[in-house]
Amino acid sequence: MAEGVLEISDDNFESEVLKADGPVLVDFWAPWCGPCKAIGPIIEELSASLSDKIKFTKCNVDDNPATPGKYGIRSIPTLIFFKDGAVADQIVGLVAKSKLEEIINNL
Amino acid sequence: MQKADYDLVIIGGGPAGLTAGLYAARARLNVILLEKSVPGGQIIVTDWIENYPGFPEGISGIDLTNRMNEQAKRFGLKIETEEVLSLDCSGSIKKIKLEDGTISALAVIIATGASPRRLGVPGEDEFFGKGVSFCATCDGPFFSGSVVAAVGGGDTAVQESIFLTKFVKKVFLIHRRDELRAAKILQERAFANDKIEILWDSVLTGINGSKTGVADITVKNVKTEENRKFAVEGCFIWVGIKPESGFLDDDIKLDEHGFILVNERMETSMPGVFAAGDGRSTPLRQVVTATGDAAIAAVAAEHYIENL
Repeated sequence: MAEGVLEISDDNFESEVLKADGPVLVDFWAPWCGPCKAIGPIIEELSASLSDKIKFTKCNVDDNPATPGKYGIRSIPTLIFFKDGAVADQIVGLVAKSKLEEIINNL
Repeated sequence: MQKADYDLVIIGGGPAGLTAGLYAARARLNVILLEKSVPGGQIIVTDWIENYPGFPEGISGIDLTNRMNEQAKRFGLKIETEEVLSLDCSGSIKKIKLEDGTISALAVIIATGASPRRLGVPGEDEFFGKGVSFCATCDGPFFSGSVVAAVGGGDTAVQESIFLTKFVKKVFLIHRRDELRAAKILQERAFANDKIEILWDSVLTGINGSKTGVADITVKNVKTEENRKFAVEGCFIWVGIKPESGFLDDDIKLDEHGFILVNERMETSMPGVFAAGDGRSTPLRQVVTATGDAAIAAVAAEHYIENL
C-alpha cells in the first residue's frame, strides 16, 4: 500500500474503502473543526510507518455529506476502521497515537 | 546533585504546560513536555476566545494553541506524545512511569488540566458521537436547521449555545437554577438571541433515540416536578469539568473534588512537584490564569533545581 493519506469522496467510498483489499482507516474531518486539525498530523505520521498494515484515507464531511450520514456520524473527528467492508472499530474525538497504533496492530 | 534524565518534566500540553515549557526552555533547563494526545488541551474545542489579552478581535482555540506551541518550540522545548501512568515523587529524583518505560527528573510540573464532566444520565454514553456532544465547534454544523438541547449555565454553556445558533433552528438551554452563572455579557447575548429558549429550574433526566441517533430528551422541572419531552436531534453537555488527577498517588494532596492543592508558588504537598492550570484547586479556570500559574510554577521549579 502507498504511503500518505488518500482523500476519498462519496463517489469513490465504495471502491476505495468498502471493496478495498485489507483494512482501511477513514478520518472524517472538516476544515472548521479544531480537534480535526490536531489529529490530522498524527494520522499523517502513522501513515508513514504503518501503511503496510492499513490503508489511510480521509473524508471531508462538508464536501461529502452522504458517507458520514450513512454511518450516523454527528461528531468529528470520527475515525472508522473498516475491514472487509464492515466497521471493525470506531473512535470519536481526540485520541493518543499509541492507542491508534494498538488498534491498527490488532485489526 | 543526583543524576536524572531531565531537570524538569512537564505533564500536559495545554496552555499551562506549553507556558511552563516556554519559561523552562528559556531558563535553559533540560526539559521535556509529555502530552498524551495532542498539544492544546481544552481550548482546542473552544470556538472563540475573547478574554485572552492581546487579541482584540479574539482568536480561535486551535490558533491560540498553535501559537503557544510554536513559541515554546522556538526556544527549544521538546514535546513527546506519552501518557503518564503514575508518578513516584517520594525521593529527590522523581520517577515518571510511561507505557514503555520510566523516566526520571529533578522536578515535575503537573499541568494535566481537566476534562468535561458527564451528567451520568441514561443515553449519554450510548449516543456520544450520535447526537450527544461536548464540543459545539466540532459538531455544530452537523445540526444545521435542527432543534438541539444544551445543558449548563456557565460561560461555556452560554457561549457555545450562542455559537450553535449559527447553524441550528433552536437551542433549548437547560439550567437547574433560575439564573445563569455565565459572564453578564454572555447572558445579555443569550437573552437577545431569539433562537435560544432557556428552560429554568430544569434538569436533563434522559436522552432517547434509535440506531441513527438522538430523537428526544426528558427534562424535569425541579420546582414543579413536572416531566416534559422535547424532540431534539442533538444534546450538548456543558456542566463543568473534572480534574485529570487520577494517575497521582496519595502523596499529592488534592481538594475534595480531586483538584491539586498548591501554595502561591504552585508547590504541591511534595517537594519538587508543582501544579498549574485547570487541574489545580483555584477559584478561576481560564487560559489567562493557566498561563499565569505556569510561569510561576516554572520559575519556582527553576529555583528548586538550583538549590538542590
